[in-house]
Amino acid sequence: MKVGVVVFPGSNCDRDMYHVLSDVFKIDTQFFWHEKKLPKNLDALILPGGFSYGDRLRAGAIAAHSPVISDIKKFASHGMPILGVCNGFQILVEAELLPGVLLKNNSLNFMCKWTNLIVENNKTPFTNKLKMHQKIPIPIANGEGRYYADEKTINLLKKNHQIVFRYAEVVNGSTLRIAGICNKEGNVVGMMPHPERATEPEINPIDSKPASLIFESLLNAIGVTQ
Amino acid sequence: MSLAKQESIYLEKKIGRKPTSTEFQIVAAEWSEHCSYKSSKKHLKMLPMSGSNVISEKGYDSGVLDVGENYVVTVHIESHNHPSAVEPFGGAATGVGGVIRDILSSGTRPIAILDGLRFGDIEKDPHARWLFKNAVSGIADYGNCLGIPTIGGEVEFDNCYANYALVDVAAIGFGKKDKLIKNRAIKGDLVVLIGGPTGRDGIGGSQFASDSLESENRSAVQIPDPFIEKLIIEAILEARDQKCIKAMKDLGGGGLSCAVSETADSLGVGIELDVNQIHTRESNMKPDEIMVSESQERMLIITDKKKLNTLKTICKKFRIQCSVIGKVKPDSLMQVKKGAKILATLPTTIVANAPLLDRPSAIPKYLNKLQKEPFLKTPTNFSNILLKMISSPNIANKRWVYSQYDHEVGIRTVIKPGNDASVLRLDNGKFLAAKIDGNPKHCYIDPRQGAIGCFEEACRNVVCTGATPIGMVDHLQFGNPEDPEIFWTFLESLKGITDFAKSFKIPCVGGKVSFYNETPKGPIKPTPLIGILGIIEKQPLRPRAISNDDVLVIVGQTKNELGGSEYIEYIHGLIGGKCPEVDFKASKQNMETILEVIRKDIAKCVHDCSKGGLAIAVSELCMINNIGCKISLEKIPSEKLQTDRLLFSESHSRYLIVVEKKNLKKIRNILSKKNVEYNVIGNFGGSKIIIERNSKKIANLRVDKARLKWMNSLEELVLHG
Repeated sequence: MKVGVVVFPGSNCDRDMYHVLSDVFKIDTQFFWHEKKLPKNLDALILPGGFSYGDRLRAGAIAAHSPVISDIKKFASHGMPILGVCNGFQILVEAELLPGVLLKNNSLNFMCKWTNLIVENNKTPFTNKLKMHQKIPIPIANGEGRYYADEKTINLLKKNHQIVFRYAEVVNGSTLRIAGICNKEGNVVGMMPHPERATEPEINPIDSKPASLIFESLLNAIGVTQ
Repeated sequence: MSLAKQESIYLEKKIGRKPTSTEFQIVAAEWSEHCSYKSSKKHLKMLPMSGSNVISEKGYDSGVLDVGENYVVTVHIESHNHPSAVEPFGGAATGVGGVIRDILSSGTRPIAILDGLRFGDIEKDPHARWLFKNAVSGIADYGNCLGIPTIGGEVEFDNCYANYALVDVAAIGFGKKDKLIKNRAIKGDLVVLIGGPTGRDGIGGSQFASDSLESENRSAVQIPDPFIEKLIIEAILEARDQKCIKAMKDLGGGGLSCAVSETADSLGVGIELDVNQIHTRESNMKPDEIMVSESQERMLIITDKKKLNTLKTICKKFRIQCSVIGKVKPDSLMQVKKGAKILATLPTTIVANAPLLDRPSAIPKYLNKLQKEPFLKTPTNFSNILLKMISSPNIANKRWVYSQYDHEVGIRTVIKPGNDASVLRLDNGKFLAAKIDGNPKHCYIDPRQGAIGCFEEACRNVVCTGATPIGMVDHLQFGNPEDPEIFWTFLESLKGITDFAKSFKIPCVGGKVSFYNETPKGPIKPTPLIGILGIIEKQPLRPRAISNDDVLVIVGQTKNELGGSEYIEYIHGLIGGKCPEVDFKASKQNMETILEVIRKDIAKCVHDCSKGGLAIAVSELCMINNIGCKISLEKIPSEKLQTDRLLFSESHSRYLIVVEKKNLKKIRNILSKKNVEYNVIGNFGGSKIIIERNSKKIANLRVDKARLKWMNSLEELVLHG
């Protein structure tokens, strides 16, 4: 059982994600620099948050052309669980592994705050241990986090149950308060909030159990596929 | 670039000839007030700098504290005032970048940023609003991109900063003791410059900062690039792990001139460098420009010849440029060449040690008048005054600021911004509390007592989380030191800080002096800033929600000390009065007592009583917890005082403790045994803040109404004027 954390120039939540995977959930975790080939024996991949290439052009736009992306696309098509968090989500969108775009927040500012997510799809490899409509206290931290897609895409997302998380309150003006989505197959998930910042009671002032279920879902999913 | 006439004469006498143009530029940069501390150095020696936790090593740009189990915490503070006053976004951003590289240069990973921001009156002055808004954006943009959480700080507005800005940034690092850079070099080691290219930005920046801000010299302001800084951080930490770094220094004020001369001087070696080898942004830069450019995101590294290839491979991975620009020589000379042509040959001890000054000082004439309390009209409606105070930009909640900073990244932030002090978890199971505090309103009236007050307040804040202060950094910001009255305020502040540091055995592990902070209307008020680090061995006090019937206890005495208070200035529009004074004995007793109460885990939360006095501290507890309270002023430990004094005096050493009714007896036992001044002054419940004196209602304010004002007034002011 092995999970890879992909590191791009400017990733800055890679070490936090590594800590949660390996120290909190005892998963065999390895970093992969964006220019490295990915080994075949991986069970899941995570694209962490940060400012890849300093968010130049658009958040995630340059990283979406990294050498590692072709491997990620291959693994995605084979059904491997892949999670993009924050900048990782932006990269997945820019790489067209997920539909839609992430725009500047309607406050036009970077926003760091705790909020609540509502689970809208509990069939993905990252949500299978959560209950439908369960609340997850979690922090967001982004400048370009407002999810947007045209009406046609939104209708498809609804029809295929691709909306995974919504905010419980209006946070940044995102369409339908969307906070996270998945691809049609459900194995590639992107979310703006940071689950790795919410799984430990020491740093989560509200309740760390719901966010922990995101990682326990992954463990569950990997166990099933093995 | 210039040297004073007597400095030119001194230089010629020391080197025995006229300096070349390059030599002149190098010396002028290094001998600027900003780099040389020529006005303050003699006096700074009075500060206690050693302690059992302090690791001092030559050439460190940051203070290093041993926190046990082979771990160290590093800390440094800097300001970027002149650049921020001209170009607030870039000035503030590069201020963050510079102090982060100081943390990096000792070989530790930066883990937190705190910032202290000061501007003119944003209620009336749109320019102050513009400066404020953009300085916050600049800090956010830089710190967020680096993935270093901005965990705390303070914001203050005062007319004395009109058309000016104080942007102070403190940074904290964490690492393994055995991985600290040792700063050693021997003959034949290579001098390497890594990072961004050297350009024409920031030329003469240190000189610009060493003069009064009269013209907007934009070319002296540096351009920020946080992405390159992030790559440098990762590359350097990897190079540290691969043992590629023998010595390291950040390129800050004075650029290469200062970095090279100071490194060579502190290591006791000579350095020879060739400007042709330096990677530049523009092709036609003159050697003199290259030597004094303050382009950001550059580090000077001394490496062993054998390690050069490893270092180059690491830099290649991160695609940052790495140029071998020279080598270490045994002769204690700094030699600058362009190919074969020698441009400068100077003894490093001369360059790095400017002739120090002994500036005259004189007690300011205005002080006598200022220290007399102005006549105050007795207010008729305290509810309205309390509400007005709550919405004052200096007291209103600073959520609009800190929500733009990523304060969670790094997953260490246990106690978040918006509390008395922020707390980080460390890898050895301990916790680190940090806070910075300044109070120019107090320091203006009494620079010595004001500075002591800042020190005590920062200590109080970390004590409220359960932390014992272990180290201090100070940032002393004043006007033109050539004015004896201003120099006197500097000396007084420094003496106050020294007294407190010695008495409380809190070593000064770093600091900075910034002079020439002058606005078109004159000097700023004396603005010493104190940063405190505290250690919690077991668990910090995480503030728990207050509920009905919880009891409010005050520790410490309230005195007739309205001077420089928010009440006197914001409500009455007056400056003056008696500055609060710290009673060292009571201060120590109160700190120890609060720490014991927290260790025994019998308090729900502890809150410091400071700006706005007791009335604001109580209101904050109510507004944070959405709960009302009823307090009785006659129960406050004090001499007989008028109501406004009891409510708004900013006397130090005071703490509010919230405790469950069932624990009241336990608290009383501890407080009585410790023999501190204390009393139960009220309890929580309902939806109103009710203040009484001898059963007569003084103020009655709905918590929801107050909370709305408190939470939103700053944001509304910034966005809508």
